[in-house]
Amino acid sequence: MYISHTQADREAMLKIIGVEKLEDLFQCLPDEGKFPELSLPDGITEMEALDELQYISTANETPQELVSFLGAGAYNHYIPAAVDSILMRSEFYTAYTPYQPEIAQGTLQAIFEYQSLIAALTGMDVSNASHYDGATAVAEAVNMAYHNFRGRKKKIILSPSIHPHYRETIHTYMDGVNLEIIGEDLSPESGPDDLIKLIDDQTALVMVQYPDFFGRIYDLTKLSTATHEQKSLFSVHINPISLGLIKPPSEFDADIVTGEGQPLGIPMSFGGPYLGLFATKKQYVRKMAGRLAGETVDTEGKRGYVLTLNTREQHIRREQATSNICTNQGLIALASTVYLSLLGKNGLQELARLNYHKAHYAAEKISAVPGFTVNPVQPFFNEFVVHCPVPAKEVNQSLLKYDILGGYDLGQDYPDLTHELLVAVTEMNTRSEIDFLAAVLEEESHD
Amino acid sequence: MINPTIFELSRPNRKGIRYPKPDVPLAEIPKDFLRDELPLPEVPENEVVRHFTNISQLNHAVDIGFYPLGSCTMKYNPKINEQAARLPGFSQIHPLQPVETVQGALGLMYETQQWLAEISGFKAVSLQPAAGAHGELTGVLIIRAYHRTRGDDKRIKMLVPDSAHGTNPASSAMSGMEIIELPSDERGNIDLDALKAECDDTLAGLMITNPNTLGLFDENITKACQLVHDHGGLVYGDGANMNALLGVYQPADMGIDVMHFNLHKTFSTPHGGGGPGSGPVGVTKELADYLPTPLVDMISEGDDENPAVYDLVEPKSSIGRTKSFHGHFGMIVRAFTYMLSLGKNGLRDVATHAVLNANYIQAKVKDIYHIPYERLCMHEFVAEGVWKDAPGVRALDVSKRIIDFGFHPPTNYFPLIVHEALMIEPTETETKETLDRFVDALLQIADEAKNNPDLLLNAPATAPFNRLDEVKAAKDLILKTQLPDDYGKS
Repeated sequence: MYISHTQADREAMLKIIGVEKLEDLFQCLPDEGKFPELSLPDGITEMEALDELQYISTANETPQELVSFLGAGAYNHYIPAAVDSILMRSEFYTAYTPYQPEIAQGTLQAIFEYQSLIAALTGMDVSNASHYDGATAVAEAVNMAYHNFRGRKKKIILSPSIHPHYRETIHTYMDGVNLEIIGEDLSPESGPDDLIKLIDDQTALVMVQYPDFFGRIYDLTKLSTATHEQKSLFSVHINPISLGLIKPPSEFDADIVTGEGQPLGIPMSFGGPYLGLFATKKQYVRKMAGRLAGETVDTEGKRGYVLTLNTREQHIRREQATSNICTNQGLIALASTVYLSLLGKNGLQELARLNYHKAHYAAEKISAVPGFTVNPVQPFFNEFVVHCPVPAKEVNQSLLKYDILGGYDLGQDYPDLTHELLVAVTEMNTRSEIDFLAAVLEEESHD
Repeated sequence: MINPTIFELSRPNRKGIRYPKPDVPLAEIPKDFLRDELPLPEVPENEVVRHFTNISQLNHAVDIGFYPLGSCTMKYNPKINEQAARLPGFSQIHPLQPVETVQGALGLMYETQQWLAEISGFKAVSLQPAAGAHGELTGVLIIRAYHRTRGDDKRIKMLVPDSAHGTNPASSAMSGMEIIELPSDERGNIDLDALKAECDDTLAGLMITNPNTLGLFDENITKACQLVHDHGGLVYGDGANMNALLGVYQPADMGIDVMHFNLHKTFSTPHGGGGPGSGPVGVTKELADYLPTPLVDMISEGDDENPAVYDLVEPKSSIGRTKSFHGHFGMIVRAFTYMLSLGKNGLRDVATHAVLNANYIQAKVKDIYHIPYERLCMHEFVAEGVWKDAPGVRALDVSKRIIDFGFHPPTNYFPLIVHEALMIEPTETETKETLDRFVDALLQIADEAKNNPDLLLNAPATAPFNRLDEVKAAKDLILKTQLPDDYGKS
């Protein structure tokens, strides 16, 4: 399939090459093991393949069949139809890295606009063309901070309320480097100011999530000041939708901003492909990993774009490069570019407020159920922690009987939080769904 | 101004989308946390769509024409794969749903692990890595963990041939390895004497691409792997060139211990203008316990009445997570659809015809373009884009002139060991007529290089843009749209 050669084509081509049969092209391979008999099925037609894939896909339950309050790093947001319509243009999706800018201005301008939009959203000077996801973006932030001080500062401070997957990824990435990573064992109840006492002149980086993994919003001013007093870098991981409402991390003088871009028009797709946002201040642009598009002109003075500052990258610098990253998330970055272009200033503000109001309504309804509490003081965005009278795992099991995905059981990552459920509410959750959740919690708590 | 940016299309109070009015009471928003400006564009939907459609038309792409970009395997991307990945049962599921609600997704991942293992001869496969370079990092971390678990902490020397992709040394360096570059011999193989000289008790491993980046099957591969193993090291295989070996040879049989696949090259998932890729890693039995977490395992086999049951599991000595959740699932669905469509014979046809197409072009141009390592190539070959009797012309000029014939140029200036390299990879999905037209263009350009070099030096003449000033871009460093100070404040 997808091969057009006729027998006559093959014969003519082999004759030009000067061999008799296809197998002769592989004469320099070891004879032993050549052309193995693979234990795999025969091929099938497109009709049969689609049938098979459809059958497999129906063994999954989607938010169309379930009422979902599950977030914890991946969110169910509405994706405007125009986003996928642009992604399906094969000029975009069947092109590769824009190595030849004269015939790749579509991709290059899209990357340039992506960088512009992410810089505007985060308030930072410059954004790269993206990383694989939020987890790898924070790992690259740690890597960048380590190299910024040429390995002289060896302490990395991570807030315990950074997504557990992200912190695990940092540990995996930095395993080969002699670093001291601290802060994660503080109580999850603690706030950003509790990290201040850990900062000293050996600190390369202080990293927090904003809103944090538990959905909480904090003022980061004091932590940022304390970090900069020790000439350390301050890194903030954001949820991009929240920035339609709350102060951007630039207002806390962040040096590095990372984010999970999935909420920006990217399907949940069982965890990927997603989008790693990465932005920084102008003075660190040469320390930043990843691809960058820059504006220039062609020989006739026409404005256009090229990949620039390649000398930081692996194909030039090899083992001296800022990172091994080669690609960016191309098409996924394009999805977020189209999404942010459609929503624009007013749409993102409207969406962020809608999420805020719905989440607060849900928190109020759930708090009214006897035995369930939500911290009434701490501001949050669209996700919050519910303290349950029984283990969160059991709450989720009861809810699933009513086709509700209750939320994320925090006991899976935090041994002290077995009774805490992380609940996310987006514009996709209607009032009646929220009322249904509260009603079921109430009913189940009587049993 | 030919192509405005999306910011330049903005006018205050235009909107590209409306949301429903809140169906809940409004909550109080603490003023201290509120953002006071948001400098995003304001553009209606039709203008957004028109803008991105217009700029898309400035691209060359596989669906437009031939794209023989060496090392990148720009094959046709079947449309059925796109449709499969967009089925709601795949695209709309949350990665943290209870496993009993995502048995289809887990089963598909399990099957993909099994297919890749069978194709490559490895014992276990992780689908987590997000791209080729990410797979390399994963693989080198596995090698490091293996040595460390055995108390062999001093093994930090990674040997990388001079023909390797730049990601190889960069990935090794990120994993805390010391890099030693190995030369190639006169046939383009690993230089065995140089390899032998580096084999000592600090050897962590060898990173090798086979077929290598010259498009040649390394004739010393078995001996090289044996040598590394005899000295306690492991061999990492860069699977970038797996398109030549599908159904033809299993990399594990060469002596490779750990290898990444590029689903976006070999298994036809689209390149997306630079990503997303997907870089699953396969390993031998000895390394299976070190794979990143999580893997998908089959907990119970199905029978006539019950379906099989799958779960996410953590390997015993796992190097940990290399990203959030479970890998680029959307790309895995596409690759699985492709493998299922092709089956075992179809997979072998891919390799044989990819190699046929490359050798056909090589045979037809080799008298005009110097081939530094001339022998039967695999799925690609490297030629030189310079001639003694065309002194002003470089490979870059040849490439730019190729654009005028409606083709994407080959990869330029890689591998680094070839002077003025043109790396040509046609893939299996191109017809003989396309290859003939490409050969005719190459021969005509070689003639022009000598007789009318200005055609090359001023190329491309037919592209939407002339050559762009890269020096200016790096000097001015304009990395975002320049906005007036009051943008977004109204």
